[in-house]
Amino acid sequence: MKVLVPIKRVVDYNVKVRVKADQSGVDLANVKMAMNPFCEIAVEEAVRLKEKGVVTEIVAVTVGPKASQEQLRTAMALGADRSILVETDEQTQPLGVAKALKALVDKEQPDLVILGKQAIDDDNNQTGQMLAALAGMSQGTFASVVEVADGKVKVTREIDGGLQTVELTLPAVVTTDLRLNEPRYASLPNIMKAKKKPLETLSPADIGVDLTPRVKTIKVEPPAERQAGIKVASVEELVDKLKNEAKVIS
Amino acid sequence: MSVLVYAEHDNAALKGVTLSVVAAAKAIGGDITVLVAGEGCAAVAGEAAKIDGVSKVLLADNAAYGHQLAENIAALVAEVGKDYGHILAAATTTGKNFAPRAAALLDVGMISEIQSVESADTFKRPIYAGNAIATVQSSDSIKVITVRGTSFDAVAAEGGSASVESVDVAADAGLSSFVGEEIAKSDRPELAGAKIVISGGRGMQNGDNFEMLYKVADKLGAAVGASRAAVDAGFVPNDMQVGQTGKIVAPELYVAVGISGAIQHLAGMKDSKVIVAINKDEEAPIFQVADYGLVADLFEAVPELDSKL
Ligand SMILES: Cc1cc2nc3c(=O)[nH]c(=O)nc-3n(C[C@H](O)[C@H](O)[C@H](O)COP(=O)(O)OP(=O)(O)OC[C@H]3O[C@@H](n4cnc5c(N)ncnc54)[C@H](O)[C@@H]3O)c2cc1C
Ligand SMILES: Cc1cc2nc3c(=O)[nH]c(=O)nc-3n(C[C@H](O)[C@H](O)[C@H](O)COP(=O)(O)OP(=O)(O)OC[C@H]3O[C@@H](n4cnc5c(N)ncnc54)[C@H](O)[C@@H]3O)c2cc1C
Repeated sequence: MKVLVPIKRVVDYNVKVRVKADQSGVDLANVKMAMNPFCEIAVEEAVRLKEKGVVTEIVAVTVGPKASQEQLRTAMALGADRSILVETDEQTQPLGVAKALKALVDKEQPDLVILGKQAIDDDNNQTGQMLAALAGMSQGTFASVVEVADGKVKVTREIDGGLQTVELTLPAVVTTDLRLNEPRYASLPNIMKAKKKPLETLSPADIGVDLTPRVKTIKVEPPAERQAGIKVASVEELVDKLKNEAKVIS
Repeated sequence: MSVLVYAEHDNAALKGVTLSVVAAAKAIGGDITVLVAGEGCAAVAGEAAKIDGVSKVLLADNAAYGHQLAENIAALVAEVGKDYGHILAAATTTGKNFAPRAAALLDVGMISEIQSVESADTFKRPIYAGNAIATVQSSDSIKVITVRGTSFDAVAAEGGSASVESVDVAADAGLSSFVGEEIAKSDRPELAGAKIVISGGRGMQNGDNFEMLYKVADKLGAAVGASRAAVDAGFVPNDMQVGQTGKIVAPELYVAVGISGAIQHLAGMKDSKVIVAINKDEEAPIFQVADYGLVADLFEAVPELDSKL
């Protein structure tokens, strides 16, 4: 079966971003970019399914600027067979991305789409669910275990109270949570091989989607700064402060 | 203009976070309708009818909704919600699961985890793990929103007397089915609503050592949380993770024990009123946000804390 893995280029998770002085957004100039960590988990899961013989082809896709090719190459170095870039400099938003992905689903007819549960820049946690709605597919979000068998996929989901297991008809959308797997690193030979794998570039017009943002960002501000507090010398002093100064315990 | 609030519950009782979502609805303005979807959940509808400020309760009681499967719930919400100006749900794993799906069915965008209501179409929400706060404006006719519970003070659970109407648009989409669940049982308060939270990190070394935290928590009536490192290492279950990709908490008192203070962890707790950090490394970034920092070995400090309470 075929798997589609949508991935996203984001600021590296180690970077502490700064808000621009004009409040138009965060400063991304000269900042290290990387594949969204949840997308790495998605690629890894697809590759493991291929290694198990469940999956025959992995197609990595992204909607974003030209530079996102870098992340598609990374996905191919990790084991994706080929990739598609829907190139846009528009500020993509989940509904637009989901519509683009729906068009790619129509084109590629995958049995499974595995995405990250959230992108660590906008923290929306929407795209997979929106794609599932548009494509009329089942959805298994926040997955910590994925098992494909007998034309169905069983997904164990990380929910607020613990874990929930659901069984989904195929084709299905799965979004990854942190405990699904530990992604591998790309080896140098695989990075070299990935350079020769096919990378197709399409425009939003090619697939007939309109990526116009629905939600306008008016301004972006830094969060309220916390005042650094004090160091206490002992547990006794800590308890005293909590009781008599902060008054949060009695 | 009217607002539809999706009730969070376990078929038996309403979850407290719904009261915070109603608070957000009030800030938007207009009539507030609460939708209770589940199986055998009439009692929940009764509770919802008493919430201060609610004018109507819609009850969709059907086996298809019993386990909150997103395929079925989203279809219901999109159908019922099409006549409303706003559809609000809690930013819980339930809300995050169905709300984007419902939005896409309605062909509208969605605004995740709002922290404040600036006006009926403008909201604030955290991005980049809370390192930036975006003010966003929606041009969609129906605004689908998830609400960060800790950012809105709960409205009163009593005082209202709304009517309860049944809605009969039940449908099992036939796309998914419930297999089972493992729900952590605990006598301690729920993390998201607790007044005091004590969290342990990698420094705890193993799951057994969390007993020390449970003992202190029980003396204080606190909930116990964890860093991702502690969850990944298998010390404690996933539902205890606090952070950007776990639970967001904002208690009166947050005690971080053996947690370094990575930005992803801070994203989940830095709105707490008072933060205490216990860490043996005086350079640990957690001290930059702590009101009271104690540089100490947790294996000495925590038992001592226990004995002094
Ligand atoms: C240069 C630039 C600047 C931007 N600035 C802003 C801004 O200031 N404010 C703002 O709100 N938005 C901005 N965006 C849009 C934003 O980056 C997201 O693409 C969009 O909001 C999707 O939300 P998310 O990534 O949080 O989605 P989520 O729903 O959290 O993502 C979940 C998963 O969906 C998949 N996915 C998401 N996006 C893509 C994609 N593009 N291609 C393939 N798969 C994908 C991935 O698997 C991901 O793990 C900008 C985009 C660009 C390119
Ligand atoms: C995509 C993504 C999402 C993430 N989401 C989250 C999230 O939601 N929540 C989260 O928490 N993390 C998250 N993380 C992980 C985060 O980056 C950190 O790795 C994690 O928070 C570290 O956990 P920790 O502080 O327990 O461990 P460490 O960073 O290893 O810190 C352990 C601390 O314990 C102290 N210590 C050790 N022994 C003792 C002792 N005997 N006495 C006192 N102190 C001691 C050490 O000095 C150290 O400061 C995420 C990461 C990524 C990439």
